[in-house]
Amino acid sequence: MSSVVTSAPTLLFLRRLFRRKLVLLAAVILVIAFALALLAPWLSPFDPASMRMARRLRPPGEVNWFGTDELGRDVFSRVIWGARASLGIGLAVVVISISIGAALGLVAGYFKRADAVIMRLVDALMSLPDILLAIFLVAVLGASAGNVVLALAIVYTPRVVRVIRASTLVVRELPFVEAARALGVSIWRILFVHVLLNVASPLLVQATFIFAYAVLAEAGLSFLGAGVPPETPTWGTMIASGQQYAEDAFWVVGFPGVAIVLVALSLQIVGDGLRDMLDPKLRKAL
Amino acid sequence: MTAPLLAIEDLAVSFRTEEGEVTPVRGVSLQISENETVAVVGESGSGKSVTSFATMGLLPRPAGRVSQGRILFRRRSGDTIDLATAPRATMQALRGAEIAMIFQEPMTSLNPVLTVGEQIAEAVRLHLGYDRRKAWAHAVEMLGLVEIPDAARRASDYPHHMSGGMRQRVMIALALSCRPALLIADEPTTALDVTIQAQVLTLLDRLRRELGMGVLFITHNLGVVAEIADRVTVMYAGEVVESAPVRDLFNAPRHPYTRALLECMPSRAIQDASGRRVVRSIPGQVSRVERGCAFAPRCADATPACSVEAPMLESDAGRQTRCLRWRELA
Repeated sequence: MSSVVTSAPTLLFLRRLFRRKLVLLAAVILVIAFALALLAPWLSPFDPASMRMARRLRPPGEVNWFGTDELGRDVFSRVIWGARASLGIGLAVVVISISIGAALGLVAGYFKRADAVIMRLVDALMSLPDILLAIFLVAVLGASAGNVVLALAIVYTPRVVRVIRASTLVVRELPFVEAARALGVSIWRILFVHVLLNVASPLLVQATFIFAYAVLAEAGLSFLGAGVPPETPTWGTMIASGQQYAEDAFWVVGFPGVAIVLVALSLQIVGDGLRDMLDPKLRKAL
Repeated sequence: MTAPLLAIEDLAVSFRTEEGEVTPVRGVSLQISENETVAVVGESGSGKSVTSFATMGLLPRPAGRVSQGRILFRRRSGDTIDLATAPRATMQALRGAEIAMIFQEPMTSLNPVLTVGEQIAEAVRLHLGYDRRKAWAHAVEMLGLVEIPDAARRASDYPHHMSGGMRQRVMIALALSCRPALLIADEPTTALDVTIQAQVLTLLDRLRRELGMGVLFITHNLGVVAEIADRVTVMYAGEVVESAPVRDLFNAPRHPYTRALLECMPSRAIQDASGRRVVRSIPGQVSRVERGCAFAPRCADATPACSVEAPMLESDAGRQTRCLRWRELA
């Protein structure tokens, strides 16, 4: 009974969201990208690491759909294994920065004293250029996938804090917060249940944008050599190692490049679509 | 005579502001027994809501504090505690369980993203320790109690599915879900249209009798007071100016302010055929009153003495009045 009541608005919401064909297309691309990433071990025709110098820099063809790279590795296999790494890193960054950012944002929005401390810290972090801060952090921590996640999470958490703090400032003044207090609900429960649910929309929108930025930033960092070690296939490392052959063999950097653009663009489009749906309070029906 | 359920004694509440400390509630006393409705009447800024928030322990921190007096509340266990000095944890356990509150704004006093059943169940699980299923059943039962038709189905509705009157019923169900001994109703019908107002008042009165609650009913609407209250306390500029059983107050108001309020009621004006009387000028600003009677600047019966000497709250025949001239004016 209750599932019928709750699923109807969700369906309605999705139907409205996908009424824009571009958003639908972007969502389909993302689903395909995630499916390829998840199924990479079963879908990839070749071992992404196996080198065959006899077949190096082959153009796309029947055997190697996306061609081979400078070490004779299958580009298609590496692109879908790279999706695993790139999307995995992006997702991890999103999860970490959203959870820490939401917690700090809620606390900053509710408690005035914590606000002063947290927001100065956020201002300090945001005054540094993203990519420089990330490079610095990776340089200090050491280049590994885990440290790239950590560095990017530190870079993007302040954005989440700002957005959630601003929303919390609005929501905390709504009478239902006072009403919940009058019922003896603790401040922490009010913050992390009642207020959090009411700031879920901006949080969701932020998550999609941060995902897009993180995928791009990971590629950028790896390209600059301040990211994932080159032996791990990510879209960034593929472009980094293939760049010197780009003129003669476009496919070595072309396919991972297209993959980055498609995924980042799709995430942004879906994020925009969500924001248009959720931001004007008209769509409260959720 | 047993001690009253709630006894506010000589309460003063102060707020720190940029212009120094203001005291919007000064020396307020009132008592509520079980199964009794006490109305607190006054215009905006008279301190009636501040009094109720002080009782709930919900004064905005750190600016507001109880600066004088006691708020004695008799707990279910029989102990009497002073709510003004009770530790935070005690207050949190009391709120919702033994003292509950309903608010003026039924449209926004419910969380828009939780179903009404979930919101009631939350309070019940918190205070009564019920499990999920039992709490939900209790929520449905409470919705039935406040006369929401088809309660089992409506429990999974979100607040925006409901009308203002329905939501105020949900608020009442929420407030009463843990059977509190004291209910504070802060202008619960102000935002509702007149027919719904009457329904909600009747419902509140019925539940008060069934549950034997004490009700502190805050309003500026004397018509509502006449319908629901046993006793009335009239507040002006942070002070009690008159307190009396409802019938006495309406039949023979003693304080000029009470009289002016009664004369403002439209039905009265028509009956008297004397035209409505208007209470002159703006409400007394709390911080400006330095000496004399706070109401003197607006009082039609004021004498020069009124703006010099501050009247005391005088008791007589079960009523209290704060006016220098009440005997001669009566």
